[in-house]
Amino acid sequence: MQFNWRSWIFPCLLIIAGLFVPAVVANAYYIHVIIMGFIWAIAVYGLNIILGYTGQLSLGHAGFMGLGAYTVALMSLKLGAPFWLAMACAVLLNIVTSWLLSFIAFRTRDHYFAIFTLAIGVILHHVMEKWEKLTNGNNGLSQIPGFGGIGPISFDTAAARYYLIYAFLLLAIYVSWSLKHSLIGRTLMAIRNSEDLAKSIGIPVNRGKRLAFMISAALTGMAGGLYAGYIGFLGPSIASITVTFNLLLYLLVGGIGTVAGPLIGSFIVSVLTQFLVVLQDYQMLIFGPVLVLLTIFFPHGLAGGYYKLKHRWRTASANRKGKAEPAPGRAGGAAMAEASGVAEVSGAAEISVAAEASDAAEASGTAGAKGAVHREVR
Amino acid sequence: MILKTAKLGKSFGGLAAVQDVDMTIEQGKITAIIGPNGAGKTTLFNLLSGFYKPSSGRIEFLGEDITHLPVHEVARRGIARTFQATHLFQRQTCLDNLIVGHRLRTRVNVWDALFRTPRHRRELRKCVERAFAAMEFAGISKLAHKPVGAISQEQQKRLSIALALVTEPKLLLLDEIAGGVNPEETAGLGELIGKIVKSGITVCFIEHKMQMVMNLADHIVVLNHGCKIAEGPPADVSRNKAVIEAYLGGETNAHAT
Repeated sequence: MQFNWRSWIFPCLLIIAGLFVPAVVANAYYIHVIIMGFIWAIAVYGLNIILGYTGQLSLGHAGFMGLGAYTVALMSLKLGAPFWLAMACAVLLNIVTSWLLSFIAFRTRDHYFAIFTLAIGVILHHVMEKWEKLTNGNNGLSQIPGFGGIGPISFDTAAARYYLIYAFLLLAIYVSWSLKHSLIGRTLMAIRNSEDLAKSIGIPVNRGKRLAFMISAALTGMAGGLYAGYIGFLGPSIASITVTFNLLLYLLVGGIGTVAGPLIGSFIVSVLTQFLVVLQDYQMLIFGPVLVLLTIFFPHGLAGGYYKLKHRWRTASANRKGKAEPAPGRAGGAAMAEASGVAEVSGAAEISVAAEASDAAEASGTAGAKGAVHREVR
Repeated sequence: MILKTAKLGKSFGGLAAVQDVDMTIEQGKITAIIGPNGAGKTTLFNLLSGFYKPSSGRIEFLGEDITHLPVHEVARRGIARTFQATHLFQRQTCLDNLIVGHRLRTRVNVWDALFRTPRHRRELRKCVERAFAAMEFAGISKLAHKPVGAISQEQQKRLSIALALVTEPKLLLLDEIAGGVNPEETAGLGELIGKIVKSGITVCFIEHKMQMVMNLADHIVVLNHGCKIAEGPPADVSRNKAVIEAYLGGETNAHAT
């Protein structure tokens, strides 16, 4: 089996680099900013599954984040449940909720789906805000117990908490990556690219969307649970529409439909926002134009732009070598596919990576109107 | 007989697009559906493939009632179709298009995908093999790694046939597959259709190019204003008075044409 090790070097280096962050970064505040970036990234990975892969714009994802966070907070505060049990329940509750909602949600399409999920988000937000007996309303819940220890490992230090969130981030990335390069991911992307064509080749479109919605809500709810456990304080603003649009913004900046996009977007934007905090009200003055430039020059986000450049560079260098056609090894016929099916599979996976730029382009095409909506709201 | 409709009808509001159509498609034969523009040919295809729910009548496929099945279920039973306006997953490569085409014959679930189980690997490999085989069959092997947007109209037609074929259909419905391609390419597509039938798949196609219809079809069904006005072997149909009238404008509607 052909193993394309070169495409793995960079991700592996990044993963290893992530391990050294607490050792290198001494400032506790910086660590905090990075951890928050990770938590947002996990939530954005959730959004990416339904919006990026499946092409359905959910505007209710802050609601799912809030649902996850409040489940963890309430279970640990009111029932004294251990953190990890509360966390599992939070993810489960998100899966069940999204499953139930999907029966109504996917009777709608496109903009109507967006409006429907927007309404769900608003309702969830209001419940958290107005059900004062349970949630303490706008005063919020404080002193939420932090992450419980696992066996001999405790999460009392900042570094330990960092590694914990980092592990969850890797989990979210793994889920996104393995989905994307699987038949399930291909199924979801077929739905995104054309529902009618997907149906005609035997794909149950609604079942696919439901699955994507559930995975999406689960990841975002997980981020919510981590948020509650990490911050220790929780108010209803976690479920507000602003958070939904922040998630959307991170995804658009990073690159919709790509595996790297959510991390890049959340990280850059949330870190940037943190460091622009000193400017207070003026931060939007800098942030606004930067965003405008970004959407003009990188309409498919930073990750999408990178893949596009890489692709262009590859084709250019291939042309220079005088072989416009792909190498014979990759254009193998059926006989070759039979002989080395696995190699071809890995070849196909590689192609998908190369095509990720166009994928992102397409996803943001579906999200074209969504982007417009977003800009208007902001 | 692989497919049979009985009194099949579809109306949109007050307009009857297809009315009381009784037709059969014989196994292993090539059936052509012809008729003037607006005769209801594509509506009929949409009914057969489940995209439209009939207003009346029923459809039987391999002896089973499929009238009310959803589209993906119809595809699973073995009816594949192509679309009039070539419909493909744009921007993806030809190979990517075809891999997902075989998805319906696989049984991987989300856990297989997440844990990358042997089953997933096996079935993905199967999909890739089928994709390459279909490309070879359709004569587009060289295009595997080209994005759909970068290949010609005729190649796209071939790719959409290949996409229908990787679903492993028993009946293939082709909607104006030779629309917008030149005469030589049309002949090539005709050969491909012959090859498909020889491989054991029944073909039913809609076509305006009469030469292609007369050369290929074993059986022709003629629609006009949503009704079946004639059917039979090409020689009979081409002499049929009602057909000539519908196409050339007979005494009754000469002024309208």
